Amino acid sequence: MNTRLRAQIVKELLSFLRDPKSRMVLVGPPLVQLLVFSFAATLEVRNVDIAVLDQDAGRASHELLARIEAASFVRQLVPVHSTTGLADLLNRREVLVAVHVPADFSRNVAAGRPAVAQLLVDGRRANSGQIAAAYLGTIVAGLDGRLETAGTDASSAIAVRHWFNPNLVYQWFIVPGLAAILAMLAALLVTGLSIAREREMGTFDQLLVSPASPLEIVVGKIVPALVIGTVLALLMVAAGVFLFRVPFSGSLPLLLLSLVVFILSVVGVGLMVSSICRTQQQAILGVFAVGVPVILISGFATPVENMPYALQLLAEANPLKHFLVIVQGTFLKALPPGEVFANLWPMAVIAAITLSSAVVIVQGRLQ
Amino acid sequence: MSVPAPATASAGHLRRLLALTRKEVLQIARDPSALLIAFVLPLVLLVLYANAVSLDAKEVRIGVVLESDGAAAHELAAAFAATRYFSVTPARDRREVVPSLLAGELRGFVVIPQDFARRLASPSGPLVQVVTDGSQPNTASFVAGYAQGVVSGWLAARGDTAPPVASFEPRYWFNPELESRRFLVPGAIAIIMAMIGTLLTALVVAREWERGTMEAIMSTPASALEILVAKLVPYFVLGLVATFVCALLSIAVFDVPLRGSWLALGTLSAAFLVPALGQGLLISAASRNQFVAAQLALLSGFLPAFLLSGALFEIDSMPAPIRAITLVVAARYFVASLQSVFLAGDVWSQFLPNMLAMLAIGLVFFALASLRTRKTLD
Repeated sequence: MNTRLRAQIVKELLSFLRDPKSRMVLVGPPLVQLLVFSFAATLEVRNVDIAVLDQDAGRASHELLARIEAASFVRQLVPVHSTTGLADLLNRREVLVAVHVPADFSRNVAAGRPAVAQLLVDGRRANSGQIAAAYLGTIVAGLDGRLETAGTDASSAIAVRHWFNPNLVYQWFIVPGLAAILAMLAALLVTGLSIAREREMGTFDQLLVSPASPLEIVVGKIVPALVIGTVLALLMVAAGVFLFRVPFSGSLPLLLLSLVVFILSVVGVGLMVSSICRTQQQAILGVFAVGVPVILISGFATPVENMPYALQLLAEANPLKHFLVIVQGTFLKALPPGEVFANLWPMAVIAAITLSSAVVIVQGRLQ
Repeated sequence: MSVPAPATASAGHLRRLLALTRKEVLQIARDPSALLIAFVLPLVLLVLYANAVSLDAKEVRIGVVLESDGAAAHELAAAFAATRYFSVTPARDRREVVPSLLAGELRGFVVIPQDFARRLASPSGPLVQVVTDGSQPNTASFVAGYAQGVVSGWLAARGDTAPPVASFEPRYWFNPELESRRFLVPGAIAIIMAMIGTLLTALVVAREWERGTMEAIMSTPASALEILVAKLVPYFVLGLVATFVCALLSIAVFDVPLRGSWLALGTLSAAFLVPALGQGLLISAASRNQFVAAQLALLSGFLPAFLLSGALFEIDSMPAPIRAITLVVAARYFVASLQSVFLAGDVWSQFLPNMLAMLAIGLVFFALASLRTRKTLD
C-alpha cells in the first residue's frame, strides 16, 4: 500500500483510538445497549395489572376472575368498589384494563342468556390494550361448557406454525437489527466528525498543502470508519450468537460482504455531512438529522409495509432497510444467496452514489 | 469594576448572569445548526414519526394455498380475500409461496387442505394450517390472530358454532378510534425534547471544554453556578418553544386532541427539561470532548427515550431488571404524562408524582455535574 495513504489511515484511526474515553464509548456502550434494549424492545404484553369491579360475586364471575388472575400475562387484579374507583385507576395509568362485572352476570350465564361484562381499556396504550383485550376475550368466551357440543370449536380450527422462530422470541428479531443500527450510528459519527474536526481545528489547511491527493485524503477517511463500523458490527453479531443464542442459519461470508457494502454506503453519507459542516457540533447534529429518520423508516421499529406508499418508496433508498432484511434473514431464515443479492445490489448502488458524491464534495473543498 | 458589596451584590449577579446568557444566545443565533435541531428536525421527526411508525397493521400480505376444490374451501378462501386486514396472493401449491415467505414478500400463508370438506364434516383436528414468518414476531402474531378471526367468523356465518354466552364489551377510553398515531405522537415529542435537551447541552458545554474556553469563563468573577445557569437558560427556553411548536403541529396537522390544558403541558415540559439539561451537563462535564459527548448523549439520552420510555414499547412487559432501569429514565415519566395531557386531560394525581420524579432525577444529575466540575478545577 502507498505509504502516504497508510500514514493517513493510521493517523485517522489514532485520532479516535488514542483517547481512552473515545475508545471506551465506541465499544462499551453499544454492547451494553444491545443487552438492555434487546430485552426492552418487546411488543408482547406481560405483567398487566387489571382493575376489577365485581358487582355480581356469583359463581360465574368468581370463575371468570380466577381464570383471569391465573393467566400468564396478568400480574395482579386490583379490586375496587365503585365505578369512580375504576375510572381513577385508569386515569392514573395504574392499570391497563378494567373489568366491570354487572350484577346479573352469573344469573345470565346460568340461564344461558348472553352475559356481557364491560372491559375498559386505556387507549393511551391502545396497542398493548388491544392485545390484552383479545386474550381476555378468549378467557371469557371459554366460560360456559356448552361450546364443545356445538359444531367446530373456533379456537382449534386453525393450526398455527411460526417458521424461523417457532416461539416468537422477540429478541431474535431485535438483536440482529439493533446490532446493525448501533454499528451504523458509530460509523456515521466517526465519518461525520472526520472532516468537520479538521476544519474546526484548522488542520484541514495543512491537509491541503500536504502531498496527498484529494482521493487519498478521502480514502484515508473512509477506511478507518469502515474498519471501526465493521468490527463493531461483527462484535455485536458475535454477541447475538453467543450471548443471546440467536440461531445463525445463513452464510457468514455473505453477511460480511453485505456488512462492508452497508457500512460503505453509510460512510458516504457521513462524509457528505462532514464536508458540508464547519464545526463538529454541526456535524454531530447533521449526523443525527440523517440517522434518526433512517432508523425510523428502516422497518426496525415497525414494518415498512405499514407505512404510506411514498415512505415505502423512500425506504428503498435507505441502506439500513436492505441491510436489516439481510441481517435478520441471515440469522433466522438461512437467507438464500439470491435473496441476499436482491438486497445487496440496492445497497451497492446507494454506496456508489453516496461515496462518489462525497468524493466530489470533498474535492470541491480541497480546491 | 469595584463592587461595594452586599447592597449591589445581587445586582452584580444579575448583570453577570444576563451578560453570560446574552453571550449564549448570540452563540446559538450565530450557528444555525442549533436552530436546525430545535425547530426543523422536530418537524421532520414528527412528520416521520406520525407516518412511518405505525402499529396499525393493514393489508398484511399473505398467501392462501387452496389445495381443495370444494365449494366450502373456495368460500373460505374468498373470506380471506375479503378482509381488509389481509392482501391475499392465491396459490394452488405451498411450494409457490415458500420462496416469497423467505424473501419477506409474504408474511405468512394459509393452507386449505385437500380433505377440507371431510374435516369440516367431522371436526376432530384443525381445519386449516397457518404458517407465519416468525422472523417478524409482531406481524406473525397478527397474522395468526386475524386468520383465527377469519376462520371463526366464517364458521359462525355458516352456523357451525354457537356464539359464546359470556363476552366482554370492550371500550377504549381516551382513544376510541384506536389510532396508534394518537399515542405515538406525544411519545415522539418526548423523544425530541430529550434530544434537544441532552444532546444540545452536552455538545455546547463539551465544546467549551474542548476549546479551553471553559477555563477562560471560569476565571471571570462569575461563579460556577452562574456560568452553568446562564448556559442552560437559553436551551431551556429553546426546549420549551420547541415543545409548543411540536404540540401545535400535533394538534393542527396530526389530529391529536389536547384534552388537558396548555398550562399542564408547559409545566410538565419544564419539569422534564430539568433532568434533560442536567444529563447533558453531566455528560459534557464527564467527557469534555464533543465526539464522546455526542456518543454518550445518543446512547444515554436518545436511545433510552426511544426504547425505554414506554413511547413505543410497553414498560410493564419488560423483564424486571430493565423495568428497574426505566425508573431512572426521566423520559418515562414525561411520556406517560404527555400521553395523558393530550388524550385524557389534566390528571394532576398522575402528573405530580411524575414531575417530582423528573425533578429528583434532574437534581441528581446537577449535583453530580457540579461535583465533577468543581473537582477538576482544584
